[in-house]
Amino acid sequence: VETQSYSLSVIIFLPLLGLPALLMLRSDDHTWIRRIALAVSLAEFVISLAFLVPKFDSANSGYQFVENHRWIGDGISLFLVLLTTFLTPLAILCSWNSIHEYVKGFFVALLVIETAMIGVFVSLDLFLFFVFWELTLIPMYFLVGIWGHTRRIYAAVKFILYTMFGSILMLVAILWLYNLSGTQGLVRTFDLPELAARLQRGYILLPPHTELWLFGAFFLAFAIKVPLFPLHTWLPDAHTEAPTAGSVILAGVMLKLGTYGMMRFCLPLFPDAAHRMAPLIGVLAIIGIVYGALVATIQPNFKRLIAYTSVSHLGFVVLGIFSFTTISFQGAVFQMISHGVSTGALFLGLGMIYDRRHTYEIKEFGGLVNPMPVLMAFFLFVCLSSLALPPLNGFIGEFLILIGVFQYHHAWASWAASGAVLSAIYLLWSYQRVALGALSNEKNRTLPDASGRERLILVTVALAILFMGVASPLFTHRMQAATDSLVQQSLGHAENAARRPQPPAALAAGQTMLLAPPQLLVQPQLLHEGSLASIAPRTVQP
Amino acid sequence: VIQFPAEQLQNLHRLAPEIVLCLFGIVIMIADPILGPAKQRALGWLAFIGTLAALGAVRLMALDQGMAYNNLISADGFSIFVHVVVIGSAALAILGSMQYLEQEGIQRGEYYSLVLFAAAGMGILAGANELVTAFIGLEMSSISTYILAGFRRRATKSNEAALKYFILGSFATAFFLYGIAMVYGSTGTTRIDQVQAALEKLITEQGRLDSLSVIGLALIFVGLGFKVVAAPFQIYGPDVYEGAPTPVTALLASGPKAATFALMLRIFYVGFGTANNLWFWAIWISAALTMCIGNFAAVVQTNVKRMLAYSSIAHAGYILVAFAAGTVYGVAAVLFYLAAYALMKVGAFLVIAHLGQRDEQRLEITDYAGLGTKQPVLAVCFALFLFSLLGLPATGGFLGKFFAFQAALDSRIVWLVVIAALNSIVGAYYYLRVIIAMYFWEPSKDYTPSKVAPALVLALSIAAIGTLYLGILPSRVLDFAKAAADSLTLH
Repeated sequence: VETQSYSLSVIIFLPLLGLPALLMLRSDDHTWIRRIALAVSLAEFVISLAFLVPKFDSANSGYQFVENHRWIGDGISLFLVLLTTFLTPLAILCSWNSIHEYVKGFFVALLVIETAMIGVFVSLDLFLFFVFWELTLIPMYFLVGIWGHTRRIYAAVKFILYTMFGSILMLVAILWLYNLSGTQGLVRTFDLPELAARLQRGYILLPPHTELWLFGAFFLAFAIKVPLFPLHTWLPDAHTEAPTAGSVILAGVMLKLGTYGMMRFCLPLFPDAAHRMAPLIGVLAIIGIVYGALVATIQPNFKRLIAYTSVSHLGFVVLGIFSFTTISFQGAVFQMISHGVSTGALFLGLGMIYDRRHTYEIKEFGGLVNPMPVLMAFFLFVCLSSLALPPLNGFIGEFLILIGVFQYHHAWASWAASGAVLSAIYLLWSYQRVALGALSNEKNRTLPDASGRERLILVTVALAILFMGVASPLFTHRMQAATDSLVQQSLGHAENAARRPQPPAALAAGQTMLLAPPQLLVQPQLLHEGSLASIAPRTVQP
Repeated sequence: VIQFPAEQLQNLHRLAPEIVLCLFGIVIMIADPILGPAKQRALGWLAFIGTLAALGAVRLMALDQGMAYNNLISADGFSIFVHVVVIGSAALAILGSMQYLEQEGIQRGEYYSLVLFAAAGMGILAGANELVTAFIGLEMSSISTYILAGFRRRATKSNEAALKYFILGSFATAFFLYGIAMVYGSTGTTRIDQVQAALEKLITEQGRLDSLSVIGLALIFVGLGFKVVAAPFQIYGPDVYEGAPTPVTALLASGPKAATFALMLRIFYVGFGTANNLWFWAIWISAALTMCIGNFAAVVQTNVKRMLAYSSIAHAGYILVAFAAGTVYGVAAVLFYLAAYALMKVGAFLVIAHLGQRDEQRLEITDYAGLGTKQPVLAVCFALFLFSLLGLPATGGFLGKFFAFQAALDSRIVWLVVIAALNSIVGAYYYLRVIIAMYFWEPSKDYTPSKVAPALVLALSIAAIGTLYLGILPSRVLDFAKAAADSLTLH
């Protein structure tokens, strides 16, 4: 038990341990910089796999691996952490020969971003969550701005300003909630389960309009990150201009920070507002699915095309989240991971093509399967996974989401299903233009096929795709408990009013009650308000 | 042996930092002609030692807290915190000045004396419990900084800055003095801690506050608002900050601002604490205007020094957000912000001072192109200060904003906080432009970096480590700020 209790801290901060080693190396010693970065990220993957998967008890619905109530690893966080630690070594491996300038800084940025993203996924404390959330921005800003393509500066600035706009309002909401949490003599807290419990049991009384404002501030930050239509305009630029590793991390993991935030914070904290806003959000998500797919279809730039597919695919995830059923939640989590792997793989494959031809324009290609049979075969496999062909991973996620959404709203499900058809159109059509047909461009005739390093990357992601597709119960089974409890937490006011404990009597009478009633399970500590020490009062989970 | 009466000794203890600063200032004045032009740099180090000694004297003051000189000076936790901030920023400015003055050919002993006298004036502002004493402190710090602003005598801009600062500053202090007279006329006292009781007595006698004290408070706000560069009194700020020698700008942006905010807190919270409905909206509007004007004007600047001058205005606005809270949390948040702000702002201006090279030629944003490869360590420091000014986590600037927003929200000031939050996005745009130039642009060919002197290395290290320390381990300083806030007897 002792060794296990620090496992999450180890997993969060391990990538940072590689930094001193990297910084001590000479900056022109590229080989060792790459090797150390890869070794650290591989170690991180192995440790996260070894720590999290066997020890995780799928029957337990609560937050597992809760360390001092700061870190959390339940069925949702677990898989997103694994996704992060899985994609980072691949991102490092794919940049092996394509980064020539400031090599040290590049790998430092990748490792820092890995720590920050894992921190977001496991923080159970709103303050720490926010700190990690903001820390993901800086390395990504530099990744796009320094190692990106021609319009990189524009894309980097757009990316960071958009995201900060959302997150600063979320900070205001976090502080507001923190101040509200101190009613009736309770110690104020940033602790998520504690806040959720106090809200649910009526210790923090939120008037509906206040709840709507708070929900709105959180949701805006997440919706920008996802991105939900119409807040998506930063995404095509950032994805297109980022270096391959940046696109992989951005599409693979960073977009999931938004959907993860919706599941972890918006639903449990503000269920009523979530239900009130669900019709609007659902419609926006469907518009995103269809619009993203249509815009993707007509893109002349292959990378931009794939960027738009993210708008479409993540629309499914948002739709699943705001359908409030166990199965749509499972589908949403599964789709997050699955999209991370598939779109990550698409960007990896595209990066390999770019390394050879230094262009993403579809019209420059055609018949690529002739010089590069292996690379293009894997690319087809990845495309099929992304367009949700059974039995590959994409199918499972979309199918679960559609079943869940159908239970909630029939029309939504039928509209969303059109997205699945459209994805087949844009992916197969673009694959046909790039890979099949006659070799129209002379420059493409002599392109070398995938190297050993590239085959390793491709085989790894292909195996992951296949495994997720055929062994999906292994995943959904482990999510079950977490999604079930999320369903409980996100019941709207009307639905669970009967089961909700009555607000304390003193509160109803308009008096102040100085001691916490016993069922809250809080031990009020006299801490300085606002000091960092007060961030996490200990709470016992029921 | 002369026996000091115990009371006299106490008085000396409670004014010890100012005494030490003035003594060192005088010694430097005397040593200046004796040493001759070759050894002027030694005077800089002597002045630095003077600030260290003054910090030691602050410790002496902390051990023997209480009122001094018939309640003119209050040596309380609040005053101690502000003393550390102002003397610390003077020390950093001195360290950053040595190389600069040499390179500009204006290495003079009186420069350091003036910095020390200014610091002494700011110390008096921080501890003043009496309005006329506060006025003396204000004049001491102002007159010294007027001269310092014009210290590059051959540069037109510097002359313009000094003249502008002097004329407008004199107006502002006159307003302040007029306000004091009015408050005295209405309450019959100039002791800040007695104004409260007098006002209450007036209200019970007349049923309302008389207009004399209201106008007095308004005039005091004008005078002090000018000194902290708050809108609508900010017009002079950018010109003066841009024209003054850059290390002086560093001092101007941190020290006088912190000291004047301290005096404002004492007058508004202690003297007019119960009448906060009088000043709440004035502060609210001024905060909103200050942030918006500072940030939006900074966006269009291409001169980095001028941009940072506007950014100082914006930061005064964020401090006013915490000020508007009107609670003990508000005081603590203002104090924490002032400490974090002093470190990052002095740091940023000292980097600019170094990169400006002779005659401050290289101040345009294009001059910063490729700094990340040319001078990586300096660029990392500058990036850290900019990220802190922007308010990114793990820096003091973030927690400063965090506590400021929290204090304001605690008093249910929601919209002002939203305005502040949106403003920091505007701020992000122009701070990031400098980062873009440093890291994303190709280095310019014609630039040869000059060596960074040891004194500057020391100053930048202190500022950078301090910024990170406040951002990662804030609890000690925060507790200190809270104790300081508690030491003001609020109503």
